[in-house]
Amino acid sequence: MGAIPLGHYLTLAATLFTIGVFGIFLNRKNVIVILMSVELILLAVNINFVAFSVALGDLAGQVFAMFILTVAAAEAAIGLAIVVVYFRNRGSIEVEDINLMRG
Amino acid sequence: MPTSPLPDLALAPLLPEIVLLAAALVLLVVGALRERAQAAGIVAPLAVLALLVAAAIAGVLDRTPQTLLGGHFRFDAMAAFLKVVVLVGAAACILLGGAYEEDERIDRFELPLLALLAGLGMSLMVSAESLLGLYMALELQSLPLYVMAAFHRDQLRSTEAGLKYFVLGALASGMLLYGCSLIYGFTGTLSFAALAQGFGPTSPGGLPTGAVVGLVFVIAGLAFKLAAVPFHMWTPDVYEGAPTSVTAFLAAAPKVAAVGLTLRLLMGPMADWAGQWQQVVALVALASMVLGSLAGLVQTNIKRLMAYSGIANVGFALVGVAAGTREGMEAALVYMVIYLATTLGAFGCILAMRRQGTYVERIDELAGLSSRRPLLAAALAIFMFSLAGIPPLAGFFGKYFVFLAAVKAGLVWLAVAGLLASVVAAYYYLRIVKLAYFDPPAEPFDVPAAPGLRLVTGLAAVAVVGFVVLPGPLFEAAGGAAASLGPPAVAAVR
Repeated sequence: MGAIPLGHYLTLAATLFTIGVFGIFLNRKNVIVILMSVELILLAVNINFVAFSVALGDLAGQVFAMFILTVAAAEAAIGLAIVVVYFRNRGSIEVEDINLMRG
Repeated sequence: MPTSPLPDLALAPLLPEIVLLAAALVLLVVGALRERAQAAGIVAPLAVLALLVAAAIAGVLDRTPQTLLGGHFRFDAMAAFLKVVVLVGAAACILLGGAYEEDERIDRFELPLLALLAGLGMSLMVSAESLLGLYMALELQSLPLYVMAAFHRDQLRSTEAGLKYFVLGALASGMLLYGCSLIYGFTGTLSFAALAQGFGPTSPGGLPTGAVVGLVFVIAGLAFKLAAVPFHMWTPDVYEGAPTSVTAFLAAAPKVAAVGLTLRLLMGPMADWAGQWQQVVALVALASMVLGSLAGLVQTNIKRLMAYSGIANVGFALVGVAAGTREGMEAALVYMVIYLATTLGAFGCILAMRRQGTYVERIDELAGLSSRRPLLAAALAIFMFSLAGIPPLAGFFGKYFVFLAAVKAGLVWLAVAGLLASVVAAYYYLRIVKLAYFDPPAEPFDVPAAPGLRLVTGLAAVAVVGFVVLPGPLFEAAGGAAASLGPPAVAAVR
Protein backbone atom coordinates (compact mmCIF):
# COMPACT_ATOMS: atom_id res chain seq x y z
CA MET A 1 0.00 0.00 0.00
CA GLY A 2 3.02 2.24 -0.33
CA ALA A 3 3.59 4.83 2.32
CA ILE A 4 -0.03 5.28 3.37
CA PRO A 5 -1.11 2.82 6.07
CA LEU A 6 -4.46 1.02 5.93
CA GLY A 7 -5.88 2.99 8.85
CA HIS A 8 -5.83 6.21 6.85
CA TYR A 9 -7.93 4.69 4.10
CA LEU A 10 -10.39 3.32 6.59
CA THR A 11 -10.67 6.69 8.33
CA LEU A 12 -11.28 8.42 5.01
CA ALA A 13 -13.95 5.86 4.08
CA ALA A 14 -15.63 6.11 7.48
CA THR A 15 -15.67 9.91 7.21
CA LEU A 16 -17.17 9.85 3.73
CA PHE A 17 -19.74 7.27 4.83
CA THR A 18 -20.76 9.43 7.77
CA ILE A 19 -21.01 12.54 5.60
CA GLY A 20 -23.22 10.57 3.20
CA VAL A 21 -25.55 9.35 5.94
CA PHE A 22 -25.83 12.83 7.42
CA GLY A 23 -26.38 14.23 3.96
CA ILE A 24 -29.51 12.11 3.66
CA PHE A 25 -30.94 12.95 7.06
CA LEU A 26 -29.95 16.57 7.60
CA ASN A 27 -30.50 17.74 4.05
CA ARG A 28 -33.53 20.03 3.88
CA LYS A 29 -33.06 21.26 0.36
CA ASN A 30 -33.12 19.04 -2.62
CA VAL A 31 -33.60 15.41 -3.59
CA ILE A 32 -30.62 15.54 -5.93
CA VAL A 33 -28.42 16.13 -2.89
CA ILE A 34 -29.81 12.90 -1.44
CA LEU A 35 -28.85 11.02 -4.60
CA MET A 36 -25.35 12.47 -4.31
CA SER A 37 -25.18 11.35 -0.68
CA VAL A 38 -26.13 7.82 -1.72
CA GLU A 39 -23.30 7.83 -4.24
CA LEU A 40 -20.94 9.10 -1.54
CA ILE A 41 -21.90 6.18 0.72
CA LEU A 42 -21.31 3.66 -2.04
CA LEU A 43 -17.95 5.18 -2.96
CA ALA A 44 -16.87 5.18 0.67
CA VAL A 45 -17.61 1.46 0.72
CA ASN A 46 -15.57 1.06 -2.46
CA ILE A 47 -12.55 2.73 -0.84
CA ASN A 48 -12.93 0.31 2.06
CA PHE A 49 -13.09 -2.70 -0.23
CA VAL A 50 -10.12 -1.71 -2.37
CA ALA A 51 -7.99 -0.77 0.63
CA PHE A 52 -8.77 -4.04 2.38
CA SER A 53 -8.20 -5.94 -0.83
CA VAL A 54 -4.70 -4.51 -1.26
CA ALA A 55 -3.86 -4.94 2.42
CA LEU A 56 -5.02 -8.56 2.40
CA GLY A 57 -3.45 -9.35 -0.96
CA ASP A 58 -6.81 -10.79 -2.05
CA LEU A 59 -8.50 -9.78 -5.29
CA ALA A 60 -12.06 -10.51 -4.19
CA GLY A 61 -12.48 -7.06 -2.66
CA GLN A 62 -11.62 -5.30 -5.91
CA VAL A 63 -14.02 -7.52 -7.80
CA PHE A 64 -16.69 -6.59 -5.28
CA ALA A 65 -15.90 -2.91 -5.90
CA MET A 66 -16.55 -3.43 -9.62
CA PHE A 67 -19.92 -4.98 -8.87
CA ILE A 68 -20.78 -2.07 -6.58
CA LEU A 69 -19.93 0.43 -9.32
CA THR A 70 -22.20 -1.40 -11.74
CA VAL A 71 -25.10 -1.60 -9.31
CA ALA A 72 -24.59 2.04 -8.34
CA ALA A 73 -25.03 3.02 -11.98
CA ALA A 74 -28.30 1.08 -12.21
CA GLU A 75 -29.44 2.52 -8.91
CA ALA A 76 -28.67 6.09 -9.98
CA ALA A 77 -30.59 5.55 -13.23
CA ILE A 78 -33.66 4.30 -11.38
CA GLY A 79 -33.38 7.02 -8.75
CA LEU A 80 -33.19 9.81 -11.32
CA ALA A 81 -36.09 8.33 -13.27
CA ILE A 82 -38.23 8.31 -10.14
CA VAL A 83 -37.20 11.89 -9.34
CA VAL A 84 -38.25 12.93 -12.85
CA VAL A 85 -41.73 11.37 -12.61
CA TYR A 86 -42.10 12.87 -9.14
CA PHE A 87 -41.16 16.31 -10.44
CA ARG A 88 -43.74 16.00 -13.23
CA ASN A 89 -46.47 15.44 -10.67
CA ARG A 90 -45.37 17.79 -7.93
CA GLY A 91 -43.50 20.49 -9.81
CA SER A 92 -40.82 20.56 -7.14
CA ILE A 93 -38.12 18.35 -5.72
CA GLU A 94 -37.65 20.19 -2.44
CA VAL A 95 -37.32 17.67 0.35
CA GLU A 96 -39.82 19.60 2.47
CA ASP A 97 -42.46 19.21 -0.24
CA ILE A 98 -42.38 15.42 -0.08
CA ASN A 99 -45.08 15.35 2.54
CA LEU A 100 -48.28 13.99 1.03
CA MET A 101 -48.22 11.01 3.36
CA ARG A 102 -47.05 11.34 6.94
CA GLY A 103 -45.58 8.29 8.58
CA MET B 1 -5.62 -31.62 -10.66
CA PRO B 2 -5.50 -29.38 -13.74
CA THR B 3 -7.51 -26.24 -13.20
CA SER B 4 -10.01 -25.69 -15.93
CA PRO B 5 -10.91 -22.11 -16.82
CA LEU B 6 -14.54 -23.06 -16.26
CA PRO B 7 -14.34 -25.00 -13.03
CA ASP B 8 -17.93 -25.75 -12.17
CA LEU B 9 -20.40 -25.79 -14.97
CA ALA B 10 -22.79 -28.23 -13.35
CA LEU B 11 -25.59 -25.73 -13.60
CA ALA B 12 -28.55 -27.97 -12.79
CA PRO B 13 -29.23 -26.35 -9.38
CA LEU B 14 -29.43 -22.99 -11.15
CA LEU B 15 -32.26 -24.15 -13.37
CA PRO B 16 -35.01 -22.12 -11.63
CA GLU B 17 -32.98 -18.93 -12.05
CA ILE B 18 -32.13 -19.77 -15.66
CA VAL B 19 -35.82 -20.27 -16.41
CA LEU B 20 -36.72 -16.95 -14.76
CA LEU B 21 -33.98 -14.99 -16.52
CA ALA B 22 -34.73 -16.51 -19.93
CA ALA B 23 -38.43 -15.86 -19.44
CA ALA B 24 -37.76 -12.25 -18.45
CA LEU B 25 -35.64 -11.63 -21.55
CA VAL B 26 -38.08 -13.33 -23.91
CA LEU B 27 -41.09 -11.59 -22.39
CA LEU B 28 -39.36 -8.23 -22.67
CA VAL B 29 -39.08 -8.76 -26.40
CA VAL B 30 -42.62 -10.13 -26.65
CA GLY B 31 -43.96 -7.13 -24.76
CA ALA B 32 -42.01 -4.69 -26.88
CA LEU B 33 -43.21 -6.23 -30.14
CA ARG B 34 -46.88 -6.36 -29.22
CA GLU B 35 -49.22 -3.44 -29.26
CA ARG B 36 -49.53 -1.65 -25.96
CA ALA B 37 -53.13 -2.64 -25.42
CA GLN B 38 -52.55 -6.38 -25.72
CA ALA B 39 -49.03 -6.70 -24.34
CA ALA B 40 -49.97 -6.94 -20.65
CA GLY B 41 -52.66 -9.53 -21.38
CA ILE B 42 -50.03 -11.79 -22.92
CA VAL B 43 -47.02 -11.09 -20.70
CA ALA B 44 -48.75 -11.35 -17.31
CA PRO B 45 -50.00 -14.96 -17.68
CA LEU B 46 -46.67 -16.02 -19.16
CA ALA B 47 -44.81 -14.41 -16.25
CA VAL B 48 -47.05 -16.31 -13.83
CA LEU B 49 -46.34 -19.49 -15.78
CA ALA B 50 -42.58 -18.88 -15.68
CA LEU B 51 -42.64 -18.29 -11.92
CA LEU B 52 -44.67 -21.44 -11.34
CA VAL B 53 -42.43 -23.53 -13.60
CA ALA B 54 -39.36 -22.23 -11.76
CA ALA B 55 -41.01 -23.03 -8.43
CA ALA B 56 -41.84 -26.55 -9.63
CA ILE B 57 -38.25 -27.09 -10.79
CA ALA B 58 -36.91 -25.84 -7.47
CA GLY B 59 -39.28 -28.24 -5.75
CA VAL B 60 -38.12 -31.35 -7.59
CA LEU B 61 -34.37 -30.65 -7.83
CA ASP B 62 -31.97 -32.84 -5.89
CA ARG B 63 -31.61 -31.28 -2.45
CA THR B 64 -28.10 -32.45 -1.63
CA PRO B 65 -26.27 -29.27 -0.64
CA GLN B 66 -24.26 -27.97 -3.60
CA THR B 67 -22.19 -24.83 -3.93
CA LEU B 68 -21.59 -23.37 -7.35
CA LEU B 69 -20.80 -20.19 -9.26
CA GLY B 70 -17.42 -20.00 -7.57
CA GLY B 71 -18.89 -20.41 -4.09
CA HIS B 72 -21.41 -17.57 -4.30
CA PHE B 73 -24.51 -19.71 -4.70
CA ARG B 74 -25.72 -22.63 -2.66
CA PHE B 75 -28.61 -24.93 -3.36
CA ASP B 76 -29.90 -27.02 -0.47
CA ALA B 77 -33.17 -27.99 1.15
CA MET B 78 -33.56 -24.51 2.65
CA ALA B 79 -33.04 -22.80 -0.71
CA ALA B 80 -35.47 -25.21 -2.39
CA PHE B 81 -38.14 -24.68 0.26
CA LEU B 82 -37.89 -20.89 0.21
CA LYS B 83 -37.72 -20.74 -3.58
CA VAL B 84 -40.97 -22.64 -3.91
CA VAL B 85 -42.60 -20.34 -1.36
CA VAL B 86 -41.42 -16.99 -2.73
CA LEU B 87 -41.93 -17.86 -6.39
CA VAL B 88 -45.46 -19.15 -5.81
CA GLY B 89 -46.09 -16.04 -3.70
CA ALA B 90 -44.85 -13.77 -6.49
CA ALA B 91 -46.97 -15.59 -9.07
CA ALA B 92 -50.04 -15.27 -6.85
CA CYS B 93 -49.43 -11.52 -6.53
CA ILE B 94 -49.39 -11.06 -10.31
CA LEU B 95 -52.68 -12.98 -10.57
CA LEU B 96 -54.15 -10.97 -7.72
CA GLY B 97 -53.40 -7.56 -9.19
CA GLY B 98 -54.43 -8.02 -12.82
CA ALA B 99 -57.91 -6.56 -12.57
CA TYR B 100 -56.83 -3.69 -10.32
CA GLU B 101 -54.12 -2.70 -12.76
CA GLU B 102 -56.60 -2.71 -15.61
CA ASP B 103 -59.04 -0.51 -13.69
CA GLU B 104 -56.32 1.90 -12.67
CA ARG B 105 -54.90 1.94 -16.22
CA ILE B 106 -51.48 0.74 -15.16
CA ASP B 107 -51.84 -2.59 -16.94
CA ARG B 108 -48.56 -2.30 -18.82
CA PHE B 109 -46.51 -5.36 -19.56
CA GLU B 110 -43.53 -3.95 -17.65
CA LEU B 111 -45.25 -4.54 -14.32
CA PRO B 112 -45.38 -8.36 -14.45
CA LEU B 113 -41.94 -8.28 -16.01
CA LEU B 114 -40.53 -6.32 -13.07
CA ALA B 115 -42.26 -8.75 -10.73
CA LEU B 116 -40.54 -11.57 -12.59
CA LEU B 117 -37.14 -9.91 -12.16
CA ALA B 118 -37.83 -9.28 -8.48
CA GLY B 119 -38.73 -12.98 -8.27
CA LEU B 120 -35.36 -13.83 -9.79
CA GLY B 121 -33.68 -11.62 -7.19
CA MET B 122 -35.58 -13.28 -4.35
CA SER B 123 -34.71 -16.71 -5.71
CA LEU B 124 -31.02 -15.77 -5.66
CA MET B 125 -31.35 -14.17 -2.21
CA VAL B 126 -32.38 -17.40 -0.55
CA SER B 127 -29.40 -19.13 -2.19
CA ALA B 128 -26.77 -16.53 -1.30
CA GLU B 129 -23.58 -18.14 -0.03
CA SER B 130 -21.24 -15.17 0.08
CA LEU B 131 -21.40 -11.47 0.89
CA LEU B 132 -21.20 -10.68 -2.82
CA GLY B 133 -24.05 -13.05 -3.62
CA LEU B 134 -26.06 -11.55 -0.78
CA TYR B 135 -25.58 -7.98 -2.03
CA MET B 136 -26.20 -8.66 -5.72
CA ALA B 137 -29.32 -10.71 -5.05
CA LEU B 138 -30.69 -8.11 -2.66
CA GLU B 139 -30.19 -5.35 -5.22
CA LEU B 140 -31.73 -7.43 -8.00
CA GLN B 141 -34.78 -7.81 -5.78
CA SER B 142 -34.89 -4.18 -4.61
CA LEU B 143 -34.39 -2.26 -7.86
CA PRO B 144 -37.53 -3.62 -9.59
CA LEU B 145 -39.52 -2.96 -6.41
CA TYR B 146 -38.58 0.76 -6.44
CA VAL B 147 -39.90 1.06 -9.96
CA MET B 148 -43.04 -0.94 -9.16
CA ALA B 149 -43.86 1.32 -6.20
CA ALA B 150 -43.70 4.37 -8.48
CA PHE B 151 -45.54 2.58 -11.29
CA HIS B 152 -48.64 4.78 -11.22
CA ARG B 153 -46.54 7.52 -12.67
CA ASP B 154 -49.31 10.08 -13.15
CA GLN B 155 -50.26 9.88 -9.52
CA LEU B 156 -48.41 11.97 -6.95
CA ARG B 157 -49.00 9.48 -4.17
CA SER B 158 -47.44 6.59 -6.04
CA THR B 159 -44.39 8.53 -7.22
CA GLU B 160 -43.85 9.88 -3.71
CA ALA B 161 -43.98 6.31 -2.40
CA GLY B 162 -41.44 5.26 -5.02
CA LEU B 163 -39.15 8.15 -4.13
CA LYS B 164 -39.25 7.45 -0.41
CA TYR B 165 -38.76 3.75 -0.96
CA PHE B 166 -35.81 4.39 -3.24
CA VAL B 167 -34.01 6.83 -0.94
CA LEU B 168 -34.38 4.72 2.19
CA GLY B 169 -33.71 1.48 0.31
CA ALA B 170 -30.50 2.91 -1.14
CA LEU B 171 -29.42 4.03 2.32
CA ALA B 172 -30.10 0.51 3.61
CA SER B 173 -28.01 -0.99 0.81
CA GLY B 174 -25.23 1.41 1.69
CA MET B 175 -25.23 0.36 5.33
CA LEU B 176 -25.36 -3.30 4.38
CA LEU B 177 -22.42 -2.81 2.04
CA TYR B 178 -20.39 -0.93 4.62
CA GLY B 179 -20.96 -3.86 6.96
CA CYS B 180 -19.92 -6.30 4.22
CA SER B 181 -16.70 -4.37 3.63
CA LEU B 182 -15.84 -4.49 7.35
CA ILE B 183 -16.56 -8.21 7.58
CA TYR B 184 -14.44 -8.79 4.49
CA GLY B 185 -11.61 -6.65 5.75
CA PHE B 186 -11.37 -8.16 9.19
CA THR B 187 -11.87 -11.79 8.19
CA GLY B 188 -10.28 -11.76 4.74
CA THR B 189 -13.06 -13.66 3.02
CA LEU B 190 -16.43 -13.09 1.40
CA SER B 191 -17.57 -16.69 1.47
CA PHE B 192 -20.00 -17.90 4.13
CA ALA B 193 -18.38 -21.33 4.15
CA ALA B 194 -14.92 -19.88 4.77
CA LEU B 195 -16.34 -17.61 7.47
CA ALA B 196 -17.92 -20.59 9.19
CA GLN B 197 -14.70 -22.60 8.96
CA GLY B 198 -12.12 -19.97 9.74
CA PHE B 199 -14.00 -18.33 12.57
CA GLY B 200 -15.62 -21.21 14.35
CA PRO B 201 -15.64 -21.41 18.14
CA THR B 202 -12.27 -23.17 18.12
CA SER B 203 -10.42 -20.50 16.14
CA PRO B 204 -7.91 -18.48 18.13
CA GLY B 205 -9.03 -14.97 18.90
CA GLY B 206 -12.64 -15.53 17.90
CA LEU B 207 -14.53 -13.16 15.64
CA PRO B 208 -12.57 -9.90 15.23
CA THR B 209 -14.25 -6.81 16.68
CA GLY B 210 -14.30 -5.11 13.30
CA ALA B 211 -16.26 -8.00 11.86
CA VAL B 212 -18.77 -7.78 14.71
CA VAL B 213 -19.29 -4.09 13.94
CA GLY B 214 -19.73 -5.06 10.30
CA LEU B 215 -22.25 -7.71 11.26
CA VAL B 216 -24.31 -5.09 13.11
CA PHE B 217 -24.30 -2.89 9.99
CA VAL B 218 -25.41 -5.85 7.87
CA ILE B 219 -28.21 -6.65 10.32
CA ALA B 220 -29.30 -3.00 10.15
CA GLY B 221 -29.42 -3.19 6.36
CA LEU B 222 -31.42 -6.40 6.46
CA ALA B 223 -33.78 -4.94 9.07
CA PHE B 224 -34.49 -2.14 6.60
CA LYS B 225 -35.46 -4.64 3.92
CA LEU B 226 -37.55 -6.55 6.46
CA ALA B 227 -39.23 -3.33 7.63
CA ALA B 228 -38.27 -4.08 11.24
CA VAL B 229 -38.11 -1.33 13.87
CA PRO B 230 -36.05 0.95 14.04
CA PHE B 231 -35.73 0.83 10.25
CA HIS B 232 -39.44 0.72 9.45
CA MET B 233 -40.14 4.41 8.73
CA TRP B 234 -40.62 3.90 5.03
CA THR B 235 -43.18 1.13 5.33
CA PRO B 236 -46.50 2.88 6.04
CA ASP B 237 -45.94 5.61 3.45
CA VAL B 238 -44.77 3.25 0.75
CA TYR B 239 -47.60 0.79 1.43
CA GLU B 240 -50.19 3.55 1.33
CA GLY B 241 -48.83 5.29 -1.76
CA ALA B 242 -47.93 2.36 -3.98
CA PRO B 243 -50.64 0.87 -6.21
CA THR B 244 -52.51 -1.70 -4.09
CA SER B 245 -51.42 -4.66 -6.21
CA VAL B 246 -47.80 -3.58 -5.77
CA THR B 247 -48.34 -3.14 -2.03
CA ALA B 248 -49.52 -6.74 -1.92
CA PHE B 249 -46.36 -7.77 -3.74
CA LEU B 250 -44.13 -5.76 -1.37
CA ALA B 251 -45.81 -7.16 1.70
CA ALA B 252 -45.71 -10.78 0.65
CA ALA B 253 -42.81 -12.59 -1.01
CA PRO B 254 -39.89 -10.14 -0.46
CA LYS B 255 -40.32 -10.37 3.31
CA VAL B 256 -40.14 -14.16 3.18
CA ALA B 257 -36.99 -13.92 1.08
CA ALA B 258 -35.47 -11.37 3.47
CA VAL B 259 -36.15 -13.61 6.46
CA GLY B 260 -34.59 -16.46 4.51
CA LEU B 261 -31.52 -14.37 3.78
CA THR B 262 -31.25 -13.29 7.42
CA LEU B 263 -31.41 -16.91 8.52
CA ARG B 264 -28.82 -17.90 5.94
CA LEU B 265 -26.38 -15.31 7.23
CA LEU B 266 -27.02 -15.57 10.96
CA MET B 267 -27.60 -19.30 11.26
CA GLY B 268 -24.96 -20.23 8.68
CA PRO B 269 -21.54 -18.61 9.12
CA MET B 270 -22.56 -16.67 12.23
CA ALA B 271 -24.31 -19.55 14.01
CA ASP B 272 -21.43 -20.00 16.45
CA TRP B 273 -21.53 -16.31 17.30
CA ALA B 274 -25.13 -16.20 18.39
CA GLY B 275 -23.96 -14.37 21.51
CA GLN B 276 -22.86 -11.46 19.31
CA TRP B 277 -26.12 -10.97 17.42
CA GLN B 278 -28.82 -12.55 19.55
CA GLN B 279 -29.40 -9.46 21.70
CA VAL B 280 -29.60 -7.19 18.66
CA VAL B 281 -32.12 -9.40 16.89
CA ALA B 282 -34.16 -9.88 20.07
CA LEU B 283 -34.38 -6.11 20.60
CA VAL B 284 -35.35 -5.52 16.96
CA ALA B 285 -38.02 -8.22 17.30
CA LEU B 286 -39.35 -6.71 20.52
CA ALA B 287 -39.48 -3.17 19.14
CA SER B 288 -41.15 -4.34 15.92
CA MET B 289 -43.84 -6.29 17.75
CA VAL B 290 -44.62 -3.46 20.15
CA LEU B 291 -44.58 -0.63 17.63
CA GLY B 292 -46.43 -2.58 14.95
CA SER B 293 -49.16 -3.47 17.42
CA LEU B 294 -49.55 -0.05 19.03
CA ALA B 295 -49.28 2.15 15.94
CA GLY B 296 -51.78 -0.02 14.10
CA LEU B 297 -54.46 0.94 16.59
CA VAL B 298 -54.92 4.47 15.25
CA GLN B 299 -54.89 3.79 11.53
CA THR B 300 -57.84 4.56 9.30
CA ASN B 301 -56.36 3.49 5.97
CA ILE B 302 -56.36 -0.26 5.51
CA LYS B 303 -53.10 -0.28 3.54
CA ARG B 304 -51.33 1.61 6.34
CA LEU B 305 -52.86 -0.85 8.79
CA MET B 306 -51.40 -3.73 6.78
CA ALA B 307 -48.02 -1.97 6.91
CA TYR B 308 -48.06 -1.89 10.71
CA SER B 309 -49.41 -5.42 10.76
CA GLY B 310 -46.47 -6.43 8.56
CA ILE B 311 -44.01 -4.74 10.92
CA ALA B 312 -45.48 -6.63 13.88
CA ASN B 313 -45.45 -9.91 11.96
CA VAL B 314 -41.80 -9.56 11.01
CA GLY B 315 -41.18 -8.99 14.71
CA PHE B 316 -42.86 -12.30 15.53
CA ALA B 317 -40.80 -14.13 12.91
CA LEU B 318 -37.62 -12.52 14.28
CA VAL B 319 -38.47 -13.97 17.70
CA GLY B 320 -37.82 -17.35 16.10
CA VAL B 321 -34.57 -16.08 14.57
CA ALA B 322 -33.45 -14.60 17.89
CA ALA B 323 -33.86 -18.01 19.52
CA GLY B 324 -30.80 -19.01 17.52
CA THR B 325 -31.74 -22.69 17.47
CA ARG B 326 -32.78 -25.04 14.72
CA GLU B 327 -36.21 -25.13 16.25
CA GLY B 328 -36.41 -21.34 16.14
CA MET B 329 -35.43 -21.37 12.48
CA GLU B 330 -38.07 -23.90 11.67
CA ALA B 331 -40.68 -21.86 13.54
CA ALA B 332 -39.63 -18.66 11.75
CA LEU B 333 -39.89 -20.38 8.36
CA VAL B 334 -43.32 -21.81 9.14
CA TYR B 335 -44.39 -18.39 10.44
CA MET B 336 -43.37 -16.63 7.24
CA VAL B 337 -45.17 -19.15 5.03
CA ILE B 338 -48.36 -18.68 7.04
CA TYR B 339 -47.84 -14.91 6.96
CA LEU B 340 -47.48 -15.06 3.18
CA ALA B 341 -50.75 -16.97 2.70
CA THR B 342 -52.64 -14.72 5.11
CA THR B 343 -51.26 -11.50 3.61
CA LEU B 344 -52.09 -12.58 0.08
CA GLY B 345 -55.62 -13.35 1.18
CA ALA B 346 -56.02 -10.10 3.09
CA PHE B 347 -54.83 -8.10 0.09
CA GLY B 348 -57.21 -10.09 -2.07
CA CYS B 349 -60.02 -8.74 0.12
CA ILE B 350 -58.59 -5.19 -0.02
CA LEU B 351 -58.40 -5.38 -3.82
CA ALA B 352 -62.09 -6.33 -3.86
CA MET B 353 -62.99 -3.04 -2.12
CA ARG B 354 -64.23 -1.33 -5.24
CA ARG B 355 -67.25 0.93 -5.29
CA GLN B 356 -68.68 2.25 -8.56
CA GLY B 357 -65.42 1.61 -10.34
CA THR B 358 -63.11 3.32 -7.85
CA TYR B 359 -61.08 1.59 -5.19
CA VAL B 360 -61.62 2.62 -1.58
CA GLU B 361 -59.08 2.23 1.20
CA ARG B 362 -60.71 3.45 4.39
CA ILE B 363 -61.32 0.78 6.99
CA ASP B 364 -64.84 2.17 7.64
CA GLU B 365 -65.84 1.29 4.10
CA LEU B 366 -65.96 -2.36 5.12
CA ALA B 367 -69.01 -1.68 7.31
CA GLY B 368 -71.75 -4.24 6.89
CA LEU B 369 -69.85 -6.23 4.30
CA SER B 370 -71.37 -9.50 5.49
CA SER B 371 -74.91 -8.66 4.43
CA ARG B 372 -73.91 -7.80 0.85
CA ARG B 373 -70.97 -10.10 0.19
CA PRO B 374 -71.11 -12.97 2.70
CA LEU B 375 -68.30 -14.94 1.08
CA LEU B 376 -65.90 -12.01 0.93
CA ALA B 377 -66.74 -11.11 4.52
CA ALA B 378 -66.12 -14.70 5.62
CA ALA B 379 -62.75 -14.74 3.85
CA LEU B 380 -61.82 -11.41 5.43
CA ALA B 381 -62.82 -12.70 8.86
CA ILE B 382 -60.68 -15.82 8.37
CA PHE B 383 -57.61 -13.76 7.51
CA MET B 384 -58.13 -11.28 10.31
CA PHE B 385 -58.71 -14.05 12.89
CA SER B 386 -55.59 -15.77 11.62
CA LEU B 387 -53.51 -12.58 11.86
CA ALA B 388 -54.87 -12.04 15.36
CA GLY B 389 -53.74 -15.57 16.25
CA ILE B 390 -57.08 -17.14 17.09
CA PRO B 391 -57.02 -20.97 17.09
CA PRO B 392 -57.61 -23.14 15.12
CA LEU B 393 -56.46 -20.92 12.25
CA ALA B 394 -52.93 -21.10 10.88
CA GLY B 395 -51.79 -17.81 12.44
CA PHE B 396 -52.21 -19.24 15.92
CA PHE B 397 -49.84 -22.12 15.24
CA GLY B 398 -47.30 -19.81 13.63
CA LYS B 399 -47.15 -17.67 16.77
CA TYR B 400 -47.30 -20.68 19.09
CA PHE B 401 -44.18 -22.28 17.61
CA VAL B 402 -42.05 -19.12 17.52
CA PHE B 403 -42.90 -18.41 21.16
CA LEU B 404 -42.23 -22.03 22.08
CA ALA B 405 -38.82 -21.83 20.41
CA ALA B 406 -38.05 -18.58 22.24
CA VAL B 407 -39.00 -20.05 25.61
CA LYS B 408 -36.86 -23.12 25.00
CA ALA B 409 -33.93 -20.90 24.09
CA GLY B 410 -34.31 -19.05 27.39
CA LEU B 411 -35.88 -15.90 25.94
CA VAL B 412 -38.97 -16.08 28.13
CA TRP B 413 -39.24 -12.27 28.40
CA LEU B 414 -39.35 -11.98 24.63
CA ALA B 415 -42.11 -14.57 24.34
CA VAL B 416 -44.15 -12.82 27.04
CA ALA B 417 -43.71 -9.44 25.35
CA GLY B 418 -44.74 -11.02 22.06
CA LEU B 419 -47.88 -12.46 23.60
CA LEU B 420 -48.85 -9.08 25.04
CA ALA B 421 -48.18 -7.37 21.72
CA SER B 422 -50.34 -9.87 19.87
CA VAL B 423 -53.17 -9.24 22.33
CA VAL B 424 -52.97 -5.51 21.57
CA ALA B 425 -52.81 -6.16 17.83
CA ALA B 426 -55.85 -8.43 18.07
CA TYR B 427 -57.88 -5.27 18.72
CA TYR B 428 -57.40 -3.84 15.27
CA TYR B 429 -57.86 -7.14 13.49
CA LEU B 430 -61.05 -7.88 15.36
CA ARG B 431 -62.32 -4.35 14.78
CA ILE B 432 -62.34 -5.10 11.06
CA VAL B 433 -64.37 -8.24 11.66
CA LYS B 434 -66.76 -6.28 13.87
CA LEU B 435 -67.17 -3.61 11.18
CA ALA B 436 -67.85 -6.21 8.52
CA TYR B 437 -70.38 -8.19 10.54
CA PHE B 438 -72.11 -5.92 13.02
CA ASP B 439 -72.18 -2.41 11.58
CA PRO B 440 -74.96 -1.04 9.39
CA PRO B 441 -74.12 -1.66 5.77
CA ALA B 442 -72.50 1.03 3.68
CA GLU B 443 -73.01 1.12 -0.08
CA PRO B 444 -72.29 -2.24 -1.69
CA PHE B 445 -69.03 -3.08 -3.40
CA ASP B 446 -69.00 -3.81 -7.11
CA VAL B 447 -69.56 -7.43 -8.06
CA PRO B 448 -68.16 -9.67 -9.25
CA ALA B 449 -64.49 -9.57 -8.39
CA ALA B 450 -62.04 -10.72 -11.04
CA PRO B 451 -61.47 -14.48 -11.37
CA GLY B 452 -57.72 -14.31 -10.60
CA LEU B 453 -58.44 -12.41 -7.42
CA ARG B 454 -61.14 -14.84 -6.33
CA LEU B 455 -58.89 -17.80 -7.07
CA VAL B 456 -55.95 -16.51 -5.01
CA THR B 457 -58.12 -15.29 -2.12
CA GLY B 458 -60.02 -18.56 -2.06
CA LEU B 459 -56.88 -20.66 -2.10
CA ALA B 460 -55.35 -18.54 0.66
CA ALA B 461 -58.47 -18.98 2.78
CA VAL B 462 -58.40 -22.74 2.23
CA ALA B 463 -54.72 -22.82 3.17
CA VAL B 464 -55.24 -20.79 6.34
CA VAL B 465 -58.18 -22.90 7.47
CA GLY B 466 -56.81 -26.22 6.23
CA PHE B 467 -53.46 -25.87 7.94
CA VAL B 468 -54.87 -27.27 11.18
CA VAL B 469 -56.02 -30.42 9.37
CA LEU B 470 -52.82 -31.03 7.47
CA PRO B 471 -49.89 -29.26 9.13
CA GLY B 472 -47.46 -32.14 8.49
CA PRO B 473 -46.08 -31.29 5.04
CA LEU B 474 -45.25 -27.70 5.94
CA PHE B 475 -43.49 -28.65 9.16
CA GLU B 476 -41.65 -31.44 7.42
CA ALA B 477 -40.44 -29.15 4.64
CA ALA B 478 -39.49 -26.38 7.08
CA GLY B 479 -37.75 -28.90 9.32
CA GLY B 480 -35.73 -30.24 6.40
CA ALA B 481 -34.90 -26.70 5.36
CA ALA B 482 -33.75 -25.75 8.86
CA ALA B 483 -31.68 -28.92 9.14
CA SER B 484 -29.86 -28.27 5.86
CA LEU B 485 -28.28 -25.06 7.09
CA GLY B 486 -26.40 -26.86 9.81
CA PRO B 487 -26.60 -24.64 12.88
CA PRO B 488 -25.12 -26.11 16.06
CA ALA B 489 -26.80 -29.39 16.76
CA VAL B 490 -29.77 -28.75 18.99
CA ALA B 491 -32.23 -31.56 19.36
CA ALA B 492 -35.33 -30.54 17.40
CA VAL B 493 -38.13 -31.35 19.79
CA ARG B 494 -41.69 -30.83 18.81
